[in-house]
Amino acid sequence: MTAKATAVDRGYGRNYLPFAYPALLITGAVIVFPWLFTLFMSVHEWKIGSPRAFVGLNNFIRLAGDERFIDSIGTTLYFTLLSVVLPVVLGTAAALIFNERFPLRGLCRAIFILPMMATPVAVALVWKMMFHPQLGVLNYLLSLAGLPPSLWHTSLDTVIPTLVMVEVWHWTPLVMLIVLGGLAAAPTEPYESARLDGANPWQMFRFITLPLIMPFVVLAVVIRTIDALKAFDTIFVISEGGPGTASETINIYLYLQAFAFYNIGYASAIVVVFFVLIVLMAMVLLWLRQKAKWS
Amino acid sequence: MTKTTFTRTALSRRAALRAGAGLLAAPAIMKVATAQTSGAFNWKRFAGQSIEVSLTLGPRANNLRAHEKEFTELTGIKVGSEAVPEQQHRQQQVIQFNSGNPQFDVTSVSWHVQKRLFGKSKWLVDMKPLLADSQLTAPDYDWPDFTAGGVRWATQADGRMDTLPNNIDPWMIYYNKELFAAKGLAFPRTFEEIVMAAEKLTDKSAGIYGWVSRGLKNANVPVWTSFMLGHDVDPVDPKTVKLQTTTDGAIAAAELYKKLNRDFAPPGTVGFNWNEAQTSFSQGKIGMWIDGIGFAPPLEDPTKSRIVGKVGYAVMPQGPKARHSATFGDGIGVAAASKKKEAAYLYCQWATSKLMCNRLLQSGGGSPCRASPYKSPEVIAGLKLPREWLSCLEGSSEIGRPGLPEIVPVTEFRDVFGVGLTNTIGGADARAEMQKATDAFAPVLAKSEA
Repeated sequence: MTAKATAVDRGYGRNYLPFAYPALLITGAVIVFPWLFTLFMSVHEWKIGSPRAFVGLNNFIRLAGDERFIDSIGTTLYFTLLSVVLPVVLGTAAALIFNERFPLRGLCRAIFILPMMATPVAVALVWKMMFHPQLGVLNYLLSLAGLPPSLWHTSLDTVIPTLVMVEVWHWTPLVMLIVLGGLAAAPTEPYESARLDGANPWQMFRFITLPLIMPFVVLAVVIRTIDALKAFDTIFVISEGGPGTASETINIYLYLQAFAFYNIGYASAIVVVFFVLIVLMAMVLLWLRQKAKWS
Repeated sequence: MTKTTFTRTALSRRAALRAGAGLLAAPAIMKVATAQTSGAFNWKRFAGQSIEVSLTLGPRANNLRAHEKEFTELTGIKVGSEAVPEQQHRQQQVIQFNSGNPQFDVTSVSWHVQKRLFGKSKWLVDMKPLLADSQLTAPDYDWPDFTAGGVRWATQADGRMDTLPNNIDPWMIYYNKELFAAKGLAFPRTFEEIVMAAEKLTDKSAGIYGWVSRGLKNANVPVWTSFMLGHDVDPVDPKTVKLQTTTDGAIAAAELYKKLNRDFAPPGTVGFNWNEAQTSFSQGKIGMWIDGIGFAPPLEDPTKSRIVGKVGYAVMPQGPKARHSATFGDGIGVAAASKKKEAAYLYCQWATSKLMCNRLLQSGGGSPCRASPYKSPEVIAGLKLPREWLSCLEGSSEIGRPGLPEIVPVTEFRDVFGVGLTNTIGGADARAEMQKATDAFAPVLAKSEA
């Protein structure tokens, strides 16, 4: 008798499937049903307070010509790119530093990861006060350094870098922790061998450390990309998508359509398009992760 | 001798309980009956009930919540209340109403944003039959005391009145008397003089600016409409419901908005809502600030302001064609889905009673829709703000005119035109921005009115 036949004979499916029912039920209720309902809504025109009407693909056609939506895609990608690259570079550098032995290393690590523990909305409110062009502490600090004041989130040119600065402050510690885990797991033999061969520190970093931590860096990139794409609280509290629409990401525009203008059908169409974009990006990142795996 | 015989009657347990309950209820029933027959109003008819109240965070909510115990003592009705920040509150209300099962019995309503949507959806109880019911409305409620403007605003186009008038918020100009005196300036009498004064007051090297107002999209639209009313133009024609946002008056108003905010306001005003503008003004380096009259109390609070006693309160100056104060307001209503409508109505009645209106006026946190508080020497004597503020309030109310169009998609209107106005501060052409916004919003308005 084969192993497969044994499993069937023992009735695994019949006897053990009921144990999966609660998980299936919950998944169906909180993931599958909302998704199907969103798809359903995306082909309807429904404004709260008005009757619902089937419109086919009209919402999607309208999206294709919606300047604000198209701009919001560009803003989202710009914000995401900066919010991923900067924390990953800085977090990796911090991990390399904190991997070295020096006095009070534990205390320094603990202080470094503190921002990550703060609530995003509270963090955003504090930063917003510090950004105030006339009364904020940041411009005061700039003046002490002899630098001109900045307009921070109140200028079309500086709003995205300002928001990214908050993201970097908040999430660089997460990247540091992930990469530090990779460094702790890295074997020491390649370094001993490299030293015997006369490799300098840069060569050891470039040809040993970097390949060893690359799977962890890619993991950090995946997590940060997902976080940056779904960023809402920081942007909403600090700039509300402004000035004008300068920091209006897809999430902010979606929020406006759904909860300020009550265009539920149109907002659902935005969700569907956004989901497709996220799936495409996730596929690219997963492919990169596979490539970065240790062989 | 008469012989009295007692017959023993069997008394069941249920009958005994019923009789006991009857005895227990008797005093309450007697009280109602007595009240009804004697004509005295019975506030305790719904004693023992509990209601939930959902309010917009701000001075009006603070006023009510601070005295809710008095309502419970008066009526025996328990109150659970919450005050939610304006933007979130509006969303929460719509989502809960739309669910068909709101978690509140009473809610405050911003007329200038929610009136049409709430009226169209019939989410609130019509107050008129309740007001006419002498069993539910206390004789001393004195309905004729309410101002005609407040009642008109609370009334829907179909004649239903789904809120009781609570507050009117006319816009005016706060100014720094000290800065004006230093430059030897009198407060402007016209729009042109506003520009001239702002220019003279501005000294960028000293960090002094002649003007501040909302620049943040959406929030900034009432500043523009305030100027538009001076050109005798409403953003939407109330009769034809057509946009008037590219008329000469509307463009001139946008140009004025651009000039004041671009040339004479502190850097960064494009990100300012009322609170940032208020904070800047309270630091003593801003000449004029246009906003709602209800923002005065912090300016006269020494723990929050550097200009206590130096604030001037001025009625909106004369525009090129008219003189109006853009006006906003709110009411309080009962959810149509509430199972405790009568108890909820008593709360609304108490919230808009003479006593509560007097308290609201005295706090400076709003201007009640009743006439009596403004006429009462005792109420005025207890005012926590300067008399000049009250004069400004009265003067502004006399020239009040709705600051936002009475349409369903008000928030979308504010967003679309708000973006255009923000762009003008960045240097964009006012006419082009208003034209673009009008083109974007016209189909939305047409669809909503279809």
